[in-house]
Amino acid sequence: MNVVVCIKQVPDTEQPIRVRPDGSGIEEQGLNWILNYYDEHAVEEALRVRERHGGTVTVVCAGPPRAAEALRTALAMGAEEAVHLTDPALEGADHLGLARALAQVVAQLPHDLVLCGRLATDDNASVVGAALAEYLGVPHATAVSKLELTQERATVEREVEGGVEVLAVPLPAVFTVERTINEPRYPTLPGIMRAKRKEIRTLSLQDLGLGPAEVGGQAARVRYARFDPPPRRQAGEVITPDSPEEAARKVADFLQHTAKVL
Amino acid sequence: MSGDVWVVIDHARAELRRISLELLGKGRELADAPGSRLVAVALGRELDPLARPLGEHGADVVLLADHPHLEVYTADAYTEVLSQLVRERAPWLVLIPSTAWGRDCAPRVAVRLGAGISTDVEDLWVESGQLRARRPMYTRKVMATVQYVGAGPHLAVVLPKVFPPAPRQEGRSAAVERVEAAPSAPRTQVLETRSVKRERVSLTEAEIVVSGGRGLRGPENFALLEELAAELGAAVGSSRPPVDSGWVSHDYEIGQTGKTVSPTVYIAVGISGAPQHLAGMSGSKYIVAINKDPNAPIFQVASLGIVADLFQVVPKLTEEVRRRKAQA
Ligand SMILES: Cc1cc2nc3c(=O)[nH]c(=O)nc-3n(C[C@H](O)[C@H](O)[C@H](O)COP(=O)(O)OP(=O)(O)OC[C@H]3O[C@@H](n4cnc5c(N)ncnc54)[C@H](O)[C@@H]3O)c2cc1C
Ligand SMILES: Nc1ncnc2c1ncn2[C@@H]1O[C@H](COP(=O)(O)O)[C@@H](O)[C@H]1O
Repeated sequence: MNVVVCIKQVPDTEQPIRVRPDGSGIEEQGLNWILNYYDEHAVEEALRVRERHGGTVTVVCAGPPRAAEALRTALAMGAEEAVHLTDPALEGADHLGLARALAQVVAQLPHDLVLCGRLATDDNASVVGAALAEYLGVPHATAVSKLELTQERATVEREVEGGVEVLAVPLPAVFTVERTINEPRYPTLPGIMRAKRKEIRTLSLQDLGLGPAEVGGQAARVRYARFDPPPRRQAGEVITPDSPEEAARKVADFLQHTAKVL
Repeated sequence: MSGDVWVVIDHARAELRRISLELLGKGRELADAPGSRLVAVALGRELDPLARPLGEHGADVVLLADHPHLEVYTADAYTEVLSQLVRERAPWLVLIPSTAWGRDCAPRVAVRLGAGISTDVEDLWVESGQLRARRPMYTRKVMATVQYVGAGPHLAVVLPKVFPPAPRQEGRSAAVERVEAAPSAPRTQVLETRSVKRERVSLTEAEIVVSGGRGLRGPENFALLEELAAELGAAVGSSRPPVDSGWVSHDYEIGQTGKTVSPTVYIAVGISGAPQHLAGMSGSKYIVAINKDPNAPIFQVASLGIVADLFQVVPKLTEEVRRRKAQA
């Protein structure tokens, strides 16, 4: 079972994120770049599939040169191959352009299964996985919390409103994974050492037979017009009540008279 | 900006879900300015009962796509039918509810149509003739304004509870059209849908959410929140530690790695207010926090903060609510 995992490098949102004064983006200085949280789960699931069914795990990342670090993290976890799609023309690409370029990379690799994260914690889009499946012409399922495989098909569970859906999906297929699917392993020291020596294959758009007019900023159908800090919430009254009864009255008053939900 | 505004309807057994009314409300507003029509599109089986409420809630036209392959959601059949309808009829804008199925198929539809898409949309407006959408990014530490390029169709996957539901206008009606939809057999097969029975009202649609954190100390204490929620007609949610500790299932989780909710009132009980939690609930209209630590960051965003022991306050609050309801 050959698995391709698409991974993204994102800024760690544990740290402050500041909008540039002119609203053109976020301040990149001092950001700590990490492997997208959900993609750790995707890499972990790929490793488990390989452990059970054999095959190889290839990680693919589109992004600027610094994004190679995310590939190293995935290699250190145990992936054997890494492909880095890096091209200045991808700057300003929208999710569809990016998915199209990734599809072109994945199509060149042996793939019975393609895994993505449920979302990237920088842009929160949840678009790339399903879009990638459409470009590849294969079925998909999003937010998968359980994955079981036979040679020809996958049985997956996904969280839906009020329940869990169980699907049978023929392979090859794309799945985006929910965090409950597994507990990712930490890279081991030997793993980190091995990852340092591994070669990361670098590709440009030209290598894929694609141009900026097809997947770059020019092709984008959505653009970021501006970024703003979120509206500041006004902190309200904080009280230390004399008794639980008083606390209950205060809250009930609030629900009844201010929020008007009682 | 010429062309109709479409709303893809979320329904359960031909009954409208709340988010459909919210999308109809916003859709009506966006259609009115350029004088275009508001079209409601429903996929499924035996959809006729939807026509009347859709007309009453603002749709000018109702398109019903009824086919055995649409009885349960599959990405394949929904993508095929939606893409085909949009291609044939060329609406300007398609609003899709941010539900498990909406998020699942919308990107595929966008690819098939070559349409711009944005997700987690919390606002939509037209500025200098261009459609714009507002959406949160970076754990809600940033609000982005997205601009759609070109004439459309544009796709927007809209979060629940960000727009008020369209009012019902008695006697208003829509032109109903049953469309020919013959999707190919989906590649994916739905083997089973296991429902979890806790839902009084769904977390993302609830007017009030009562949410518990690590401060609850154990699964048994979520019963305190369930009792309060029952009195309030609220849904129960949680921060991440109760999920990680196995006290509640992942569908309770609110925040960066859980759900986004925007109720009228969010009651945070024994929750400190970490940024990853705020990411999922700081769009709430009012926040009430009950926490014994006066320095808990949740108090910086709370409309009302109560510094007290939750185990003493919550049962009293349940009693007080019950008493006031009996009086009313
Ligand atoms: C990548 C990533 C993603 C994450 N995603 C999420 C997410 O989606 N959602 C989420 O919630 N978290 C998420 N987290 C975790 C987050 O950082 C916090 O650890 C978490 O929100 C804390 O939960 P809590 O407030 O319940 O617990 P704590 O921070 O431990 O707070 C418990 C609170 O209860 C109070 N308390 C204790 N006893 C009582 C009592 N008897 N009466 C009143 N108050 C009491 C305490 O004063 C304290 O403030 C994420 C973390 C990471 C790294
Ligand atoms: N630049 C990228 N390179 C590789 N994979 C990506 C990239 N962006 C997004 N993905 C994949 O798509 C998933 C969802 O991203 P998004 O649609 O941006 O929320 C991520 O978890 C990754 O698996």
